[in-house]
Amino acid sequence: MTPRRAEHVAIGLMVSGAFLALAILFFIIAVIMIKGLPHITARFLLDNPMDMGRAGGIFSTIVSTVYLLVVSLVIAIPLGVGTAIYLTEYTEEGKITKIVRFGTECLAGVPSIILGLFGFILFVIKLGFGWSVLSGGISLAIMILPVIIRTSEEAIKSVPQAFRDVNEVLGGSKWQGVTRLVLPNAAPGILTGVILSVGRGIGETAVVIFTLGTSLRTPFSIFDSGRSMAVHFYILAREGISMDNAYATAAVLVFSILIINIFSYYLMHKFVEARR
Amino acid sequence: MSAADIKRKEKLIQRIFLVVAFSSLFSLFLIALFIFVEGLPMIWKVGLKDFLLSTRWSPTKGHFGIFAMIVSSFWVTIGALLFGGPLGLMCSIFLVEFSSARMRAVIKPALELLAGIPSVVYGFLGVVYLVPLVRDYLGGPGLSLLTSCIILGIMILPTVISISVDSLVAVPDSYREAAFSLGATRWQTTHMVTLHAAKSGIITALVLGMGRAVGETMAVIMIAGNALKIPLSPLDPIRTLTSNIALEMGYASGLHRQALFATGIVLFFFVMALNMIATLFARRKVLK
Amino acid sequence: MNATGRKRIGLWSLLVVLTVLFGCGRKDESTPKKKGGYASIIIAGSTSVQPFAEKLAEIYMVKNPNTVVNVQGGGSTAGIRAAQTGIANIGTSSRNLHPEEKGLFEIPIAFDGIAVIVNPKNSLRNLSTETLRAIYAGKILSWETLTGVKHRITTITREEGSGTRGAFEELVMEKLEIDPGCIVQDSNGAVRELVATDPYAIGYISLGLVNKQVRAVALDGVAPSVKAVKEKRYRFFRPFLFLTRKKPAGLPLHFICFVLSDEGQRILAKEGLIPASIIHGESDLCRQQTSKEKKN
Repeated sequence: MTPRRAEHVAIGLMVSGAFLALAILFFIIAVIMIKGLPHITARFLLDNPMDMGRAGGIFSTIVSTVYLLVVSLVIAIPLGVGTAIYLTEYTEEGKITKIVRFGTECLAGVPSIILGLFGFILFVIKLGFGWSVLSGGISLAIMILPVIIRTSEEAIKSVPQAFRDVNEVLGGSKWQGVTRLVLPNAAPGILTGVILSVGRGIGETAVVIFTLGTSLRTPFSIFDSGRSMAVHFYILAREGISMDNAYATAAVLVFSILIINIFSYYLMHKFVEARR
Repeated sequence: MSAADIKRKEKLIQRIFLVVAFSSLFSLFLIALFIFVEGLPMIWKVGLKDFLLSTRWSPTKGHFGIFAMIVSSFWVTIGALLFGGPLGLMCSIFLVEFSSARMRAVIKPALELLAGIPSVVYGFLGVVYLVPLVRDYLGGPGLSLLTSCIILGIMILPTVISISVDSLVAVPDSYREAAFSLGATRWQTTHMVTLHAAKSGIITALVLGMGRAVGETMAVIMIAGNALKIPLSPLDPIRTLTSNIALEMGYASGLHRQALFATGIVLFFFVMALNMIATLFARRKVLK
Repeated sequence: MNATGRKRIGLWSLLVVLTVLFGCGRKDESTPKKKGGYASIIIAGSTSVQPFAEKLAEIYMVKNPNTVVNVQGGGSTAGIRAAQTGIANIGTSSRNLHPEEKGLFEIPIAFDGIAVIVNPKNSLRNLSTETLRAIYAGKILSWETLTGVKHRITTITREEGSGTRGAFEELVMEKLEIDPGCIVQDSNGAVRELVATDPYAIGYISLGLVNKQVRAVALDGVAPSVKAVKEKRYRFFRPFLFLTRKKPAGLPLHFICFVLSDEGQRILAKEGLIPASIIHGESDLCRQQTSKEKKN
């Protein structure tokens, strides 16, 4: 094969690979949207499920999902951003940072089913929280912690060193520098990470099913059980309860994930732009 | 506030952050602790050999062999890599070497979107569209090793792509320019120079992709068939370590539940080993 | 406010959050908890019972607006454990308790037939118990001797620990074990969906869940139906049990009595179950409750 031919073949291969991957993505989104969107009405979004989800809407599952995400973010953001601040501002690269980074990487690699098992045994059973928003929230927080740490670290690192130097020259303490200069400037980047982890949490099932439970009631207290949208979709589709409602739930899920991703991408873009 | 006060305060803040920084490590430790405490007594009781190397799993009758699942998890991971690896690499090479910046700005986030699609959606669409295809054209029950490999191959794409794109981008342009000036075509430059330079990053990407494949649960439950035999052909149904846990967790009590946690221990080792390998390769890249 | 003051407030709020998060683990679940005027109970266990329990809970909550009934899945064994440990007020099981699980208060709320199902395209109409056993033991692998179609049988079973599987093993398999090559699905619905799409599949599910997508096969010449179970001609059925740690009282008892009342039993019958009283006779658990209600 001449180099020119090889070049053509290679380019053809690469292009078709990328095309195939994109085609799969479009196929998934198209199927879910085409089959799901027609069943989404205001009532579907605002009514509670009835008859095991065969009739009615998905309101209680939306509430459960949002509640769960809020609880997990309340736990994961301080820990994640705190870790990132420590790694970038309060220590030199060395043994400790290496250990922390390794731990974070490993935590990111822990399969969600293991997290589910862990949350089930510790929070649901040992601590007696039962299947609840709290059990689910903490377990999910552990899952998204690595994402938040990583993105926050990137965001904080990208804040120009000059800001810190100026702070020091003006006699500000490190803490003042962090709270008044570094964090506000890194905020959009950190937010991107938070939004991305919301995207991960929203579609999670293995962790949630064992810790939040599957109750269709709208949770009020933090000790109430609930059913997230993803789990609701799983049950509807798996048990063949209602394919229409299953697709509609999936469409709401995929649509929110689309919005979340586009929004975070937009934020990231602005953030990078501002840094230039 | 005196300077000493400020210093003391700074010290305190630093300590607080140090504690916070160990939260992920602490979580990891807790997870490992609880999985081990719940699972190890059972391995002790049944015996490591009978647990790992027996294929007979019927916990309500006192048989706890997970060998078939270890084999299945192994094959499904390799299979996912066979589908997702080349495809992911093709996408990454296309993105970095053969597309304009504007194309990249659109295609890369689109491919990252694949990571956001819930795994239950992958599993469901697999059951609805892929399983009948496999059943009608290739035979077998459709719920099979092959189906799982294809779906998992798609699911690991975002992991493979994002890390290998990063490592390709990290290859200095001077390498490419040097190759071009020697008269190499784009493809020659790519496979002789760029891919070589980005090798450790690409291996990291593939290994982490394997980690995702071996840990995936809900999609696999839906498409793998969950039979307890060692698969003899790609069309046989399989049960992975993860789906074994999720399938039976709700029902398990006593020794059975411990056995599921013990399955978790094995899975934990699998994933940690893959993570170690990935970190090792990632470190090599830094050293270069 | 100076920085120290702000920090102090921050620390206090952290403390408060931690106390809220970790300080109020629930201790005793056997008594229903009240919050904001709402009393709630948790039901957990068998995925076969779950849809019916959800339906009953829905109607119960409409009639008793100040109550919340949470229904969880998990599986029969989990239901038994949940009742033992008190994670749930009421555990549910779709199989009889094993000897080592006894000691709980058992209330049969209904009986459920188990139907063997095939794809509607399948010409199979009748099976003997022996043949069925041979299929699930992996001794008959092809439809050839059964329907003449030369194709492998896709045998679908439920996962280990499932009440439906437990009952199937007890009623059909006797001493034999289900072949490890069988496909395993984790719910009645999943088995039904698979049989509905695979023309060569065979599975077993709750009689109440048989629909047009699949066809129920007669066993030993008796077609499964509520009537056949009631007349004790169809012998493949199992109880749906409510389980409590102690003799139920308060709200759980009130809910149980609603389930056992004529109205509750009518709802279950409409869903294709067989009322508990037909086989077990009238339960005296609720007699006091009903007489008390009458007085009021």
